Amino acid sequence: MSPRPGFVLDVDRSTPPTLFWHGEGFRLERLPVGSRVLYAPEPVDPLDDPVAAIREALLHPLGDAEPLPALLRRDMKLTIAFDDVSLPLPPMRRPDNRQLVIEQVLDLAAEAGVDDVVLICALALHRRLTEAELRHILGDRIYDSFEPHGLLQQHDAEDPDNLIHLGLTDHGEDVELNKRAATSDLLVYVNVNLVAMDGGHKSVATGLASYRSLRHHHNARTMQHSKSFMDQHRSELHTSNWRMGRLIADSGVKVFQIETTLNTDTFPPQMRFLERREWEWSARDRAAYIATSAALERTPDRLARQILHSVRSPYRLTSVQAGEVEAVHARTTENVYRQQLVAVEGQTDILTLGLPYICPYNVNSIMNPILVACLGLGYFFNMYKGRPLVREGGVVIMSHPTPWAFHPGHHPSYIDFFEQVLSETTDPSDVGKYEEAYATDPWYVHLYRTGHAYHGVHPFYMWYWCAHALEHLGGVIIVGGDRAAVRRLGFTPATTMADALEMASDVVGPDPSLTHLHSPPLLMADVS
Amino acid sequence: MKALLVERSLPRFAAARLVSSLGGSGTSAGLGPLRLTDVDAPELPGPGWHRVRPLLAGICGSDLATLDGRSSRYFEDIVSFPFVPGHEVVGVVEESVDAGLAPGTRVVVEPVLGCIPRGIDPPCAACADGRVGGCERVAFGHLAPGLQIGFCSDTGGGWSHAGLVAHRVQLHPVPDALSDDDAVMIEPTACAVHAALAAGVEPGDMVAVLGGGTVGLTTTAALRQLATPGALLVGARYGHQRDLAGELGADLAVTPEQLTRAVRRRSRSFESSGHLSGGADVVVDCVGSADSVAQALAMVRPRGRVVLVGMPAKLTLDLASLWHREVSLVGAYAYGSERSGATRRRTFDIAMEVVAAAHLGRLVSARYPLERFEEAVAHAGAAGRRGAVKIVFEMHPRSPKGPAS
Repeated sequence: MSPRPGFVLDVDRSTPPTLFWHGEGFRLERLPVGSRVLYAPEPVDPLDDPVAAIREALLHPLGDAEPLPALLRRDMKLTIAFDDVSLPLPPMRRPDNRQLVIEQVLDLAAEAGVDDVVLICALALHRRLTEAELRHILGDRIYDSFEPHGLLQQHDAEDPDNLIHLGLTDHGEDVELNKRAATSDLLVYVNVNLVAMDGGHKSVATGLASYRSLRHHHNARTMQHSKSFMDQHRSELHTSNWRMGRLIADSGVKVFQIETTLNTDTFPPQMRFLERREWEWSARDRAAYIATSAALERTPDRLARQILHSVRSPYRLTSVQAGEVEAVHARTTENVYRQQLVAVEGQTDILTLGLPYICPYNVNSIMNPILVACLGLGYFFNMYKGRPLVREGGVVIMSHPTPWAFHPGHHPSYIDFFEQVLSETTDPSDVGKYEEAYATDPWYVHLYRTGHAYHGVHPFYMWYWCAHALEHLGGVIIVGGDRAAVRRLGFTPATTMADALEMASDVVGPDPSLTHLHSPPLLMADVS
Repeated sequence: MKALLVERSLPRFAAARLVSSLGGSGTSAGLGPLRLTDVDAPELPGPGWHRVRPLLAGICGSDLATLDGRSSRYFEDIVSFPFVPGHEVVGVVEESVDAGLAPGTRVVVEPVLGCIPRGIDPPCAACADGRVGGCERVAFGHLAPGLQIGFCSDTGGGWSHAGLVAHRVQLHPVPDALSDDDAVMIEPTACAVHAALAAGVEPGDMVAVLGGGTVGLTTTAALRQLATPGALLVGARYGHQRDLAGELGADLAVTPEQLTRAVRRRSRSFESSGHLSGGADVVVDCVGSADSVAQALAMVRPRGRVVLVGMPAKLTLDLASLWHREVSLVGAYAYGSERSGATRRRTFDIAMEVVAAAHLGRLVSARYPLERFEEAVAHAGAAGRRGAVKIVFEMHPRSPKGPAS
């Protein structure tokens, strides 16, 4: 039986309560009759033989690229860059796509006699990965072969000795990249394309860039003109990255792009109820829901976080593309849309979101309030093509505990951003006045380079990610959040969904339309 | 006439310590050494002395420490029992031994009992230099021991309908422009003025103030008016304290937990072992607890200065960083006169200007009659939590300003 496409449910009196993620827990909410609930398409069929599919892609690349073996020679300098721990979410079961791809690239390099091979984790300004995280992504064999010899590196956007300025785009944007990658004879970039935003020229132009380069597109103005940043052709974020990517190519950097897509098989069997539509829950699903919710509710926050962050997703590979960047990405985007796109008619007054425990920037960490905002208003709000799911002036209601809590090792500058910047202004265009001080703060730079801290400027980027939503919306309400933290974000706290709906109707008027994005599993609304 | 009296009673001090440690500062007034009783008006000790009828008398942190049984034993020999507390006093002159201030003159009391009030001649070096706060003879002379009015059995204190006696050199006529609320803030502000000037702030220095009670807020006002810090950061626990700190001149007012991070950001310091690599040039500790001193040491720069204004008691501290980073830890007690270039001015005169300019009478949050002393002391002990700053006793209620609480 072929997998069912995404579905838009019209809530009626017989509709059972709808499951909302609520951080490290869940809530069942009874939505008003007439509301719509968007469900993700069921997982599309995975590739039967991922290893063979990868080999096929490397040998028969897209665009004007030559097959990978033809690009490899004995005396060359080869760099293989790969996406970091922010993808996919939750982390997938071993073997990770990146391991499968890199193993084959290395096999081909070995066959060609290439000796000078370096792996680089494309961190951009994200935190450095731990050994366990690298082993998970690459597998023990690759890790043990490269890391002890210093050949497994993590991109350091603050290492002046290992950055190279390639020039300015015709829009005056600096393009400054990892020197090893940019001066290699061949740069192979291995992606996990979890959502439509990932990949393309953004892989190298962002993942291996410095702050000097990133600031040109990671800002409020760019994000306000990315509608959405999940839709490459309407995204200023991508337009800027594409300009940079073309300059990178014109500078002589030869990139062999490999992109992989996943299905929506997001949760392991014991949590499969999270992927099912509530009215189709079996007795076993209901029992699993009750047992999981009750257990998480009774578990201390820290332990609940550890348990959930240990979840490994059974994601399966649905496609692999290799070759010239733009040709590869066009095909990848088709495959992402094939899995995630759900046709939706018309916008809504109120969009509700249940926010889970994880986002790209808190893997094995705490979902602090800034990340809550970013996940809801940055990622989920932007999971649209065409028009936003919620109308201009509408309201987003998010469900999340939003604790006033931060991981001091991972997010040190977030603490200061929350205390200093957001206490003064929550306007994404206004927070930028503090950006340079944070970006150049020597303590943050030190922690980014030597510890496991996100770069000092990173909380600004999270806030810029919200810029389009904040400009578009008439209000944001968080249900069940720490009231002080929610207020610091500039949002309105509500105790219950009913309260939130009452508050929202003050903004959007009586009898509003409501749409709930039942995600994850991830879906992207194609709004007509 | 009625007055509040503190008697030497070890059981009562022990009970106060126990109760306040369980219930919080100010909760032990009914059990502790303080009681409302009838007293005789104190006798005028001699020439130069005046009898003052208090109008308002503040409840100070040092009073609370005494009533809570938390005061350092250091003070045992420089107070004399029984005494009437109250050293933050605005009152009216009722009589003088000789031709001094005219009866009816509204005055604030500079309570330190230095050499001149004690009849010691020649005065000690500190008093001769105008630094009466540093008087070396506070336990000697013709008066009973007592570092200040309000801790001396011979002089009476402000918490009394029977009045107090003070020497002419201790009395400062109050300009009509200052209200009684302003006037009762002059004594604590004088402490703040002395501290602000003792801090040795150079133009452009980063100064951090720990504490948002009366001492912290008056010190903030004094630093803003008497020095030119490049940045004045205040750590205050409660929202109303932070709001007031901002109004009084703080560039940034945050919670104490956030203050170290704010200092780090401004100084672009690193952190190591809980200490900033750089930090504030001057930290003024207006709390005086082990935690506050430790925090001050953690956020002052190497070779910087920590000024202790809040009255401490016995503290357990790790001073390794003070030694290693060559930090100066200095105390700032009371007042006297302050040197400005070649001239000297009475601290109280400067304090009056600061009070007037910053409208510090607004810090008076509530007035209580003596009869409600238990409520008053409890309110003072929980002032921050209850949205208040300065709690005062009102000896002769007058109509225009009722209880502010």
